[in-house]
Amino acid sequence: MYREEIFKKYEPSLDNILYILHDLQDNNPQHYISKEDIEACANFLNVPYSYVHGVVTFYSMFSLEPRGRYIIRLCESPPCHLMGSESLLEYLKKKLKVDIGETTPDGIFTLELTSCLGVCGVGPAMMINDEMVGNLTPEKIDAILEERRNIS
Amino acid sequence: MNIVRNHILISIDAGTIMAGARGVEDALVKELIKYGLDKEVSVLETGSLGITGRGVVLVVYPEGIYYANVTVKDVPELVEEHLLKGRPLKRLILTEAPKRTVITKEKTGLLKEQPRIVLRNCGFINPENIDEYIAAGGYEAIAKALHNMTPEDVVDEVKASGLMGRGGAGFPTGLKWEFAIKTPGDEKFVICNADEGEPGTFKDRLILEGDPHKLIEGMLIAGYAIKANTGYVYIRGEYGLSIERIEKAIADARAYGLLGKNILDSNFSFDIFVKKGAGAYVCGEETALIESLEGKRGHPRNKPPFPINAGLWGKPTLVNNVETLANIPEIIRNGSNWYRGYGTDKCPGTKVYTILGHVQTPGLIEAEMGTTLKEIIFEYGGGIKDGKAFKGALIGGAAGAFIGPEMLDVKMDFVNLREYAAALGSGAILVMNEDTDMVDMLKSVLHFFKHESCGHCVPCRLGTAKLVDIIDNIALSKGKKEDIDSLLEITSAMKAASFCPLGQSVSLPVSSALKYFRDEFMARVS
Repeated sequence: MYREEIFKKYEPSLDNILYILHDLQDNNPQHYISKEDIEACANFLNVPYSYVHGVVTFYSMFSLEPRGRYIIRLCESPPCHLMGSESLLEYLKKKLKVDIGETTPDGIFTLELTSCLGVCGVGPAMMINDEMVGNLTPEKIDAILEERRNIS
Repeated sequence: MNIVRNHILISIDAGTIMAGARGVEDALVKELIKYGLDKEVSVLETGSLGITGRGVVLVVYPEGIYYANVTVKDVPELVEEHLLKGRPLKRLILTEAPKRTVITKEKTGLLKEQPRIVLRNCGFINPENIDEYIAAGGYEAIAKALHNMTPEDVVDEVKASGLMGRGGAGFPTGLKWEFAIKTPGDEKFVICNADEGEPGTFKDRLILEGDPHKLIEGMLIAGYAIKANTGYVYIRGEYGLSIERIEKAIADARAYGLLGKNILDSNFSFDIFVKKGAGAYVCGEETALIESLEGKRGHPRNKPPFPINAGLWGKPTLVNNVETLANIPEIIRNGSNWYRGYGTDKCPGTKVYTILGHVQTPGLIEAEMGTTLKEIIFEYGGGIKDGKAFKGALIGGAAGAFIGPEMLDVKMDFVNLREYAAALGSGAILVMNEDTDMVDMLKSVLHFFKHESCGHCVPCRLGTAKLVDIIDNIALSKGKKEDIDSLLEITSAMKAASFCPLGQSVSLPVSSALKYFRDEFMARVS
């Protein structure tokens, strides 16, 4: 079981909780933290379920809902906004037929917004899973979505 | 002996990787082998060359010629022309390459020369090779501190340098260290705040990616000075490459005995651990960061007690920003007098800026404190793109201030900007041209704060939500004149009553936007 493998890597100390949660989420094919994950993490760290739940909900990189294979996180901070990220958000919504926070019915893409990714020199920018993409245009977005769809 | 006649330094940072730098690197190596040049020309990885938005960037030495927007397709021509035939490939040459003083053989470059203290090694050494850092004078400062200075001497030197915290607030670093050394306690901690989340800021990322050992050395010196034995680097979860590079640097430093027990045969022992965040702007606030590091929700704590008295697990804790710590080795190595030769009297040294938005050459620069905004935008940044006029700038990120053209001649440093009710903050400079809608920009800033308000205190939680309602209305031209007064009233209440700097700082962008661009707001309301 992958959970056991993850817990083996860490001391059962509370300051490891973010690492453990990152690992649990990254190892879940649906990129989220399930109730079972929270339960296992709470047992491992010897804290209440509600404590782990509280930590998960505080940080924007964690999700309690199943997500798509690819998570698109479009930057909405002022530098990307200035370079036109708002119109790209509309484009992505229309193209994927989802709203912010939703997953496409085929389970491939989830659309999210994020604060500054620190690659402002090439704004507007987004992350798709762990990969950063900058200088976005509708054409570039089309190409990226097409490429990802074909892999899956 | 094999003599290498050319070195190609290719920038491998988050920006160039997304433009395909790894592919170009592979292609270069293969192409050089094809021509049998692989023994004469070496390809080296380095951090950011300070140029962003120009695709894959590399520089060929000894000529010092910068190439930008290099793709895999360009590689055969580049290798054949420049490296085989010795004719630089004109079509890819970056004419506005940044000048830097550490490299003397510079031939290209129209932009202003940059005094480099913090970024001395960035784009020059391979950040993943500890030997290159050592060859560039690295770890000399910690050796000097350990063998020729007492911890008190180190604190005095930092105090004398006049270094001010580069995280945004500009608190005197030496004073913070003095508090730390005076606080009794058998266990103390040094935390490096690398939770860089201020919109438009990525200087810390480029230091972490470009010269991670400098940060380690800075933390070692801090640890020695305040008598701590453990350090933590708290990095935001989105910074994958930074985490990778600092972790490798720490492992290499441990292998060399530069971290661990009895460093350099002294009685001083110190080790550093990396902690990764998970997406929360508020964790850049030092007490929220400590909560998060302890494995809790990242809510800020009540101050006092300050972390210096009761921080991580209740122990005395020194929290310094990445750029602050990266200044330390140079100060100790060269002395505070040397350091005071840069910048202004009240605010010595340099500042790393990120210039963004509608400028010709967005990117990262290091300039002396006291440089005017005009110089930064028009000389370092190459002026406004597409021949448009300058309208304004947002300085210091979302928690910073909007300024208009009348502020262009103000000297930029922590002390001076405060007099103009602005702030240097993180050093992000977002430049806006004449076509920019200021109402829309303030809207974006306020949406950011609403999203990042952690919900801990009422003024910030409700205040940011209310501000967003109002500005959205104004942006749709549905607002009333009174709404503009409400913006100011709410933010001044938030400034007075919010629990932490997040809520308090919203008043700066709002009041400054209304100060310089009030007409634009008035034109949208009835």
